[in-house]
Amino acid sequence: MRAFTYERADSARDAAARAASTPGAKFIAGGTNLLDLMKLEIETPRHLIDVNGLGFDRIEKTGDGGLRIGALVRNTDLAADMRVRKDYGVLSRALLAGASGQLRNKATTAGNLLQRTRCPYFYDTNQPCNKRKPGSGCAAIGGYSRQLAVIGSSESCIATHPSDMAVALRALDATVETVNAAGQARAIPIADFHRLPGDTPHIETALAPGEFITGVTLPKPIGGRHYYEKVRDRASYAFALVSVAAVIHKDGTGRVALGGVAHKPWRVEAAETAMPEGARAVSARLLAGARPTHDNAFKVPLAERALAAVMMQARTA
Amino acid sequence: MADLPELDISRRGMLGGGTATVVIAASPVAAAQDKEPMQADPPAPIPLSFEVNGEKRDLTLDSRTTLLDALREHLHLTGTKKGCDHGQCGACTVLVDGVRINSCLTLAVMHQGDRITTIEGLGTPDRLHPMQAAFVQHDGYQCGYCTPGQICSAVAVLDEIGRGVPSYVAADLTERPRMTDIEMRERMSGNICRCGAYSNIAEAMAQVAGERA
Ligand SMILES: Cc1cc2nc3c(=O)[nH]c(=O)nc-3n(C[C@H](O)[C@H](O)[C@H](O)COP(=O)(O)OP(=O)(O)OC[C@H]3O[C@@H](n4cnc5c(N)ncnc54)[C@H](O)[C@@H]3O)c2cc1C
Ligand code: SF4
Ligand code: FES
Ligand code: FES
Repeated sequence: MRAFTYERADSARDAAARAASTPGAKFIAGGTNLLDLMKLEIETPRHLIDVNGLGFDRIEKTGDGGLRIGALVRNTDLAADMRVRKDYGVLSRALLAGASGQLRNKATTAGNLLQRTRCPYFYDTNQPCNKRKPGSGCAAIGGYSRQLAVIGSSESCIATHPSDMAVALRALDATVETVNAAGQARAIPIADFHRLPGDTPHIETALAPGEFITGVTLPKPIGGRHYYEKVRDRASYAFALVSVAAVIHKDGTGRVALGGVAHKPWRVEAAETAMPEGARAVSARLLAGARPTHDNAFKVPLAERALAAVMMQARTA
Repeated sequence: MADLPELDISRRGMLGGGTATVVIAASPVAAAQDKEPMQADPPAPIPLSFEVNGEKRDLTLDSRTTLLDALREHLHLTGTKKGCDHGQCGACTVLVDGVRINSCLTLAVMHQGDRITTIEGLGTPDRLHPMQAAFVQHDGYQCGYCTPGQICSAVAVLDEIGRGVPSYVAADLTERPRMTDIEMRERMSGNICRCGAYSNIAEAMAQVAGERA
């Protein structure tokens, strides 16, 4: 691990200003992704700003009947909140499908959104990787790509976003709230928060340098039955090959977002009009234009079948 | 075990602007990357105090020291084990303010004022914690390397179920979880055992859960 200086921030605005003005500065929250990457020298911050003392650890009702989730609420506490379990079950289930009990106790809302890809070549510093080292190439293209993206990828990068939580937030139309170095707040719809790789796969989100996430807001509950179906190589404690976050109403209408298939949670609102027709019709539209590799072509039918399984549960519930 | 030298990690920092060969010897992974110049002076060590197993401890540590290394290398509490050092195995599980975490993925300096419990703090050889006694009784280990992490995790799992924290296997999210085998297995998935003592660990936990219920 490279050497770094360390400070504890005492206000969000201050933290943002310090992060923007200190070369090589990064925030640290739970540390479960950042420290992993620092040990491998994939991340090499020269200064860490510990944001754990800043509060932002509450879940509160918003004026319009939704919920505001503080950036530092731990994944365990968010999943266990009774309002979330009752009204946003897809979010509880997605969180509980991720990582392990120990990791969820530390992982925060903001850190989870900003966790970096699990592409094996991103992790192997002997390999070219445009995300880790812009312009060096992409070892995954033509390499071992079983876990990687099938849609929205580019000639520069075929990585996926590994978060389960983010897939549920996409299905729920969440909004990410931030404050920047000048103290200005803004709200970013989750659909615009994560970016597709294009030719700048190292730029992963809409955040500006130093911009601090204060929380995530959920609109008022939409009812329906909530599902998070995660298909993985073992029953627990593994990243998704494919995951389906779905909210399905009695009349068969609803929402679907996919994890494990793209550089961001994958949702195509126009595909959802086909929900009453069944999983095949939805997934044909949702994954239209998919360009899987030889290794991961299985993900396209797997996503359709996982969606079919969820829709079957909804019909028979 | 008492007089271990400082970790390799901090030794590298002390080398400061060491030559490329020295860096390669210390860390082949890092050497493969293009080097920015290393900082000439490592940042000043940071004073820290926290409570470990009921005792107040003061340390002055390099900012890079993980909680795991602080416990093992500085406080010589070697019960907590390092398996992977990357959050993947659970051998380093300890309780911080009663909550289980992986001590390898957190910095010691982030725990100023915290209350930490390691396997040494749960029980002693002549006064075993009920979970330790149950692991012995049910043969919940073979080589024993994962065991301190398993036991810390198991104690926390029963507490989590007791507090109503749900898990992925809940049929109905709004119902209180129960101390069932499938609940305990799902919640223990962050603790890997190379020896495959899982079924005996599950039996040990079931026994303690039964005594509690
Ligand atoms: C073995 C293992 C298995 C895992 N399995 C899964 C899985 O199955 N599913 C899954 O979804 N995840 C999984 N994870 C990832 C885990 O969910 C993330 O590590 C965690 O959510 C990151 O949160 P954190 O608070 O620890 O982030 P940190 O490591 O503290 O930070 C991550 C990034 O976010 C930035 N950041 C943090 N807070 C803020 C803020 N408020 N504003 C702006 N920037 C901020 C940091 O600067 C850093 O760049 C796994 C991790 C491990 C180690
Ligand atoms: S897919 Fe993306 S993250 Fe993986 S090696 Fe290629 S550029 Fe790097
Ligand atoms: S040593 Fe911490 S999880 Fe493996
Ligand atoms: S007892 Fe050997 S690793 Fe678990």
